[in-house]
Amino acid sequence: MKAEFTQRELALTYRANSGRIIAALVASCSDLQLAEDALHDACLQAGKAWMDNGLPNDPAAWLYVASKRRLIDVLRAKSRKERKSAGDTLFEMEMQVSVSDEEELDIPDERLSLIFTCCHPALSRNAQVALTLKTLCGLTVREIARAFLVSDTTMGQRLVRAKHKLRVNAIRYLVPKKEELGARLEAVLSVIYLIYNESYSCYEGQSLTRDDLANEAIRLASIVCRLLPSGESKGLLALITLHQSRRAARCDDAMGFIALEDQDRTQWDHQLIVKGRKLLLEALAEDQLGKYQLQAAISAVHSEAQTWAETDWAQIIGLYRQLLLFDPSPVIRLNMLTAVAFSGGLALAKQGILALKNDLDNYLPFHVALADIEYRLGNKASSISYYEHSIAMCRNSVEQAHLKRKMQRVYVTPAVSR
Amino acid sequence: MIMNSRKSDVDYGVFINIYYRGVFMQFLAMIYSTEDQDDVDFDTLIGQYAALEAEMEAAGVTFSGNALQPVSTATSVRSRNGRVELTDGPYAETKEQLGGYYLFECESLDEAIRWASKIPSARYGSIEIRPVMEFES
Repeated sequence: MKAEFTQRELALTYRANSGRIIAALVASCSDLQLAEDALHDACLQAGKAWMDNGLPNDPAAWLYVASKRRLIDVLRAKSRKERKSAGDTLFEMEMQVSVSDEEELDIPDERLSLIFTCCHPALSRNAQVALTLKTLCGLTVREIARAFLVSDTTMGQRLVRAKHKLRVNAIRYLVPKKEELGARLEAVLSVIYLIYNESYSCYEGQSLTRDDLANEAIRLASIVCRLLPSGESKGLLALITLHQSRRAARCDDAMGFIALEDQDRTQWDHQLIVKGRKLLLEALAEDQLGKYQLQAAISAVHSEAQTWAETDWAQIIGLYRQLLLFDPSPVIRLNMLTAVAFSGGLALAKQGILALKNDLDNYLPFHVALADIEYRLGNKASSISYYEHSIAMCRNSVEQAHLKRKMQRVYVTPAVSR
Repeated sequence: MIMNSRKSDVDYGVFINIYYRGVFMQFLAMIYSTEDQDDVDFDTLIGQYAALEAEMEAAGVTFSGNALQPVSTATSVRSRNGRVELTDGPYAETKEQLGGYYLFECESLDEAIRWASKIPSARYGSIEIRPVMEFES
């Protein structure tokens, strides 16, 4: 019973603080693997010590001090050994360590450097995501593997390879120089948004892990916002917060996906909406407009409407136009044209969307958008054929069911035109 | 046990080996491009390379490098079961060919990337950067 209690406390302390502890350790040794190993050893040590002596006053500080000591021992042994074998090529530096048992007050916050390194552009996006979740969020290899539907072995290898690449290329654990900061921050924000979007697909089952991912993305975005406040970092947090406000309404009881149009808006979390809007206004006040702020603004406009019909489409279309300046991708064009269709410009939207066929023929929402527009235009046969094509393309059974329901609607309702 | 015997309240400084901090490493930047597909004429390109090298010298970067003769002059060598086999041309036919290289001494990949991105051929080809492996003596 006592052991269980200790293990639970240890697990909680680890999850809440491992990112900060690892970041602080890496800041002094520049080696992620050594830092992780040191924390791992300290956890084993804590399991015993906390059971024997009771919980320390500040469990996180205890873990930090213990892992720092462990790291120093490992480094000292390594230094002795390598000095003998590898001659004097080793660079030495003095590290002042003040250890007064468990009384170290603050764990220095070096997480920003660690986030930038985990999201280093020399790593693949997959590796960036995995490394960020592992080192900053303290997720286990198994948890990450499950969230991204790969085997534990594959995920383990991906992490080992990434850490090896960081080490042999001497990639530093530093916040990038000013001239590189913009591009590098973009990579960090993309990784965080990707982690959130992975959680957004709540209909793939595995809902528990997926909720964790959402929370981790919010936590990471908050850290970046606090340590590096900028228009876009605040914009991303606003965007994720607004998305998150619809979490309950997005899935039905069977974990089926519900599109924004069909959501029960009374299920939206109004506290989160208020928080998201406030964050967005703060972001816009930074006067550094960017794609996350614009997407957050679009989301905020949706959150203001009591019903789908009340949506301020004119403003949404205007925001998409702005967004196209930052991200002139066909997908954003499609989203803008979909908004044009909802605002009543069906024929215009159809024409514009058809012009994107070369770019988006393999993109499911392209066909779904056309199916919907043809339905609204009263072209039943054409709508059904787009739905059939979409259903054939779709690999997700729950979304397929959603599309089938929509197609059913075309069959049963008389042709309508708006 | 993991805990070491020192558990006093004393501050102590330790000499610690920090692997790479402040240590210069060698990075090989391999310049790949489609031959005869330069975006400027030869003299301009040579001038741009000269300018880059002057910039690196001014910045105190230790480097060496060479351009290579076209891939049509290449010979591939394989030694199999004691027999040396020669092939005319490169081992694999690819569109982009190794046209030259730089060997930089840098503190980290980031610094190597900074220089590699200034190589004129990076505009139309690609530069592959790899750390040079170090063996224990």
